[in-house]
Amino acid sequence: MSPAPFGARLDDVVVRFGTQRRMTSDGTTVKEDATTALDGVGLTIRPGVITGVLGRNGAGKSTLLSLLAAFNRPTSGTVRLGPDGDDAWEDPWENPWVTANVQLVRESGDLQDDEKISESLRYYGDLRPAWDADLAARLLDLFEVSTRKKPSALSRGKRSAVGATIGLASRAPLTIFDEVYLGMDAPTRYAFYDEILADYAEHPRTILLSSHLVEEVERLFEDVVVLHRGSVLLAETAEEMASRGFSLTGPAAAVERLSGDRRVLHRQRLGATVQVTLEGAPDDATAAEARSAGVEVGTLPLQDLFVRLTQPAGGDGRHADAPAATGGEAPR
Amino acid sequence: MFDGPEPIYVQIAQMIRAQVLAGELAEEEQVMSTTQFATTFRINPATAAKAFTALVDEGVLYKRRGLGMFVAPGARERMLEHHRRAYFDDVLAPALAQADILGISTDELVAYVLGTNGHGRTTTTTESS
Repeated sequence: MSPAPFGARLDDVVVRFGTQRRMTSDGTTVKEDATTALDGVGLTIRPGVITGVLGRNGAGKSTLLSLLAAFNRPTSGTVRLGPDGDDAWEDPWENPWVTANVQLVRESGDLQDDEKISESLRYYGDLRPAWDADLAARLLDLFEVSTRKKPSALSRGKRSAVGATIGLASRAPLTIFDEVYLGMDAPTRYAFYDEILADYAEHPRTILLSSHLVEEVERLFEDVVVLHRGSVLLAETAEEMASRGFSLTGPAAAVERLSGDRRVLHRQRLGATVQVTLEGAPDDATAAEARSAGVEVGTLPLQDLFVRLTQPAGGDGRHADAPAATGGEAPR
Repeated sequence: MFDGPEPIYVQIAQMIRAQVLAGELAEEEQVMSTTQFATTFRINPATAAKAFTALVDEGVLYKRRGLGMFVAPGARERMLEHHRRAYFDDVLAPALAQADILGISTDELVAYVLGTNGHGRTTTTTESS
């Protein structure tokens, strides 16, 4: 019997990767400033919930996730983990009881490259109190990975599939998948998502999932965290996030009129039809007017919000009026 | 699936209501579990649970402890009654308002109603907004 799902709380966490010394061309060494990976992160991860961790490359996702698994330690600030209902959460650093209950699967897979996959499975089986060997066997069968092979002989996608298997079979009260989809083809990714949902429903626990494929995974999330340049930009429920905006699709003139002076997050044009993603929620009058003008009111795609929130400074509205990727005529 | 404009849980609730209304889900029949919803439609189980909560509040579903969700007795009849009441405001009133704009007379409307359904209705609303 595994413990209750783990929650986590970070307070004012800063992570700097030590002062670097670099040899210059004339043979002297210079000290370079440390890289700040996380800069004052405060965050609570709800126990028993699937949380999406989103951010651009270098936003600090992997650093954050590895803190929770005690793979590294904050420069300052505190990290606390523990089971639901217990208010005495503990620092995971050099804490065997906590780390036994946290399974982080990194992109690299953390496999024993020179041994058969069955050896890596045995290792994780010994490490994780709630390990399910039958589930591991079934998943590897599903992903068509032979346990007699060595990880070094696997393709990128199959290696990711082994990582996905280890994360799911760990049944760890906190299970973390850090971009564990790389190299997987689309059918394998969807099989992975289905297995996450099925196993989560049967064995409720806390799952963190980081991904760049926002559109594919957004429906899996109950909570969402958006990191940007080492800081938390947003941390809320997926529903709250979706209510930050809405879309209007219909004849250009009507859409423009209904948009009013709301901030446009995204705009695309397909012939005479325009779709805009707007900030805020539609009021009743707008909704009613939209109906009579043949304009469809839609939910906010998480991807649009994410791109808008994290696009580089000065890139404001760069995507506005971009023609739809699926064709259509060029605007203007 | 569930690509409509409303939040997914609203669409799930709507789908179950429609199935009860159409008789596809009979009273006292068990509905899919949150787990089945989650894996079938690839959504977070909490999203399906939220739809169930809304339907329990409406009296469409009820929970049997340890067994799951079932269609409440009388749910279909209550929904039909609700839709009948809403029909005049939500469906007929806008249609009559449109008829007014288009200059379609009450007599034409009455003739149409009498001609297309044999219920032999002799009265109709003359109110137009």
